[in-house]
Amino acid sequence: MLIRRPDDIAPSEITASDVYRRRREFVQAAGMLALGAAAGAFAGRSQAQQGVKFAGIAKSAFSTSEKPNTFKDIAGYNNFYEFGTDKDDPAAYAGRLRTRPWTVVVEGEVHKPRTFAIEELLKFPLEERIYRLRCVEAWSMVIPWIGFEFNRIARLVEPTSRAKFVEFHTAVQPETMPGVRLPVLEWPYVEGLRIDEAMHPLTILSVGLYDQVLPNQCGAPIRLVVPWKYGFKSGKSIVRIRFVEKQPRIAWEKAAPHEYGFYSNVNPNVDHPRWSQRREKRLPAFFANRETVIFNGYGEQVAKLYAGMDLKKFY
Amino acid sequence: MKRLSARTVSRLKVLLFVAALVPLARLAAGAFLYPEWLGPNPAEYITRSTGDWTLRWLLLTLAVTPARRILGWNWLLRLRRMLGLFAFFYALVHFSSYVSFDHVFEVAEILKDIAKRPFITVGAASLLLLLPLALTSTNAMVRRLGARRWQALHRLVYFIAPLGVLHFWWMVKRDITEPALYALLVAILLGYRLRARWRERRVGGLTRART
Repeated sequence: MLIRRPDDIAPSEITASDVYRRRREFVQAAGMLALGAAAGAFAGRSQAQQGVKFAGIAKSAFSTSEKPNTFKDIAGYNNFYEFGTDKDDPAAYAGRLRTRPWTVVVEGEVHKPRTFAIEELLKFPLEERIYRLRCVEAWSMVIPWIGFEFNRIARLVEPTSRAKFVEFHTAVQPETMPGVRLPVLEWPYVEGLRIDEAMHPLTILSVGLYDQVLPNQCGAPIRLVVPWKYGFKSGKSIVRIRFVEKQPRIAWEKAAPHEYGFYSNVNPNVDHPRWSQRREKRLPAFFANRETVIFNGYGEQVAKLYAGMDLKKFY
Repeated sequence: MKRLSARTVSRLKVLLFVAALVPLARLAAGAFLYPEWLGPNPAEYITRSTGDWTLRWLLLTLAVTPARRILGWNWLLRLRRMLGLFAFFYALVHFSSYVSFDHVFEVAEILKDIAKRPFITVGAASLLLLLPLALTSTNAMVRRLGARRWQALHRLVYFIAPLGVLHFWWMVKRDITEPALYALLVAILLGYRLRARWRERRVGGLTRART
């Protein structure tokens, strides 16, 4: 069940007080991560990042009380085509992904373009967000992410009035990503949101899963999470964020325009040519006996973003 | 290897029967005893795996004639019915998993799905076409139909195998490596028959001209 936040309080204010109250823990968490990074550098292997724990992560009112999937399931069943198209390919091959050094370039229609080192991003106030994830393939999971709201980055770079959309670019590392040698999708994988979707407090950049650093196969070191949209909208291993004026063409839209639309909001009333979207399988269940809910159950928070829009047309 | 005694062939059949059930037994064990075998999406694993096995049994069935001609192993023919029936059996399990796991037995939804999604339409068509072949697989049915008509009917498999591959091809989102491999194998097996037929016709034509 989702706990509704009163609309009159700006989400930014709430989080800010959270930051304030938990500042010691954040400092600790950042310290631990710095230690982890140092250890990684010492070992000369980026893989050393994997498994590093966070401590003192704040809870969020946006979290669902549904039971999360196991770490093993979340980290063992992934669509991350850069590492292969089978669900177990990412877990098998993403270990090689170089996650340090890592920078995220934020550019485009902004007053203060900036390049963030991953270490800087890990200092943002981190929260646990337990979100439902609904894949376009008609399965779903419940995932305890650790991350921060994307709007925090936006506020730092100050989008111009021309910034109407935001693009998210996934890394391309041909030497560690066997999948990018095949023209399965256009690389880099580019996803996008309308700016109000990106700024919405539910939209987060995630750096962790359960109590630890994001496993590589889940999009380490930093990925997008947009819980009311189908999973593919949430780009993994982000290296570039561009604020743009025109609606970007996203990876799956380019690959199969009649199957995937820019918005791709979870919607049981709009069928996909391959999967009926009426129901879903809440993994690891066998049966698709769960009715899919519009906006993946986040309608209370996000439906207003689409007021007056024909969701069958803008699918 | 060219000639095997009737007893050896019977033993081979028992062996094949048991071996053909191994994939299914593995799925059952995974479903009921060892969930880690099937991974986080066990239903999908079962649907995919039984679909793969349907295609494999179909390919093996189609491989009997070329193998027999090339190697001279005529006894292979005696295994063919079982291979074909296993293709049908795995297709049935495949279909059942789709009906139960994906659509929780909602008939209206399933019919809509079959009508609406091309890859499902093609899959359903191949299963439907397999049905008369399975039903007429007994010796009694061969006699009743007469060898010629029976064979004509069973040539349906030349359409079923490509339809099965098409079903797989259209199901895959982007990476068509695997369906392409199946398509290649089906093309080779059917191509062999076309070539054989073409040669026969030529040779037949020549002999007739001479006499």
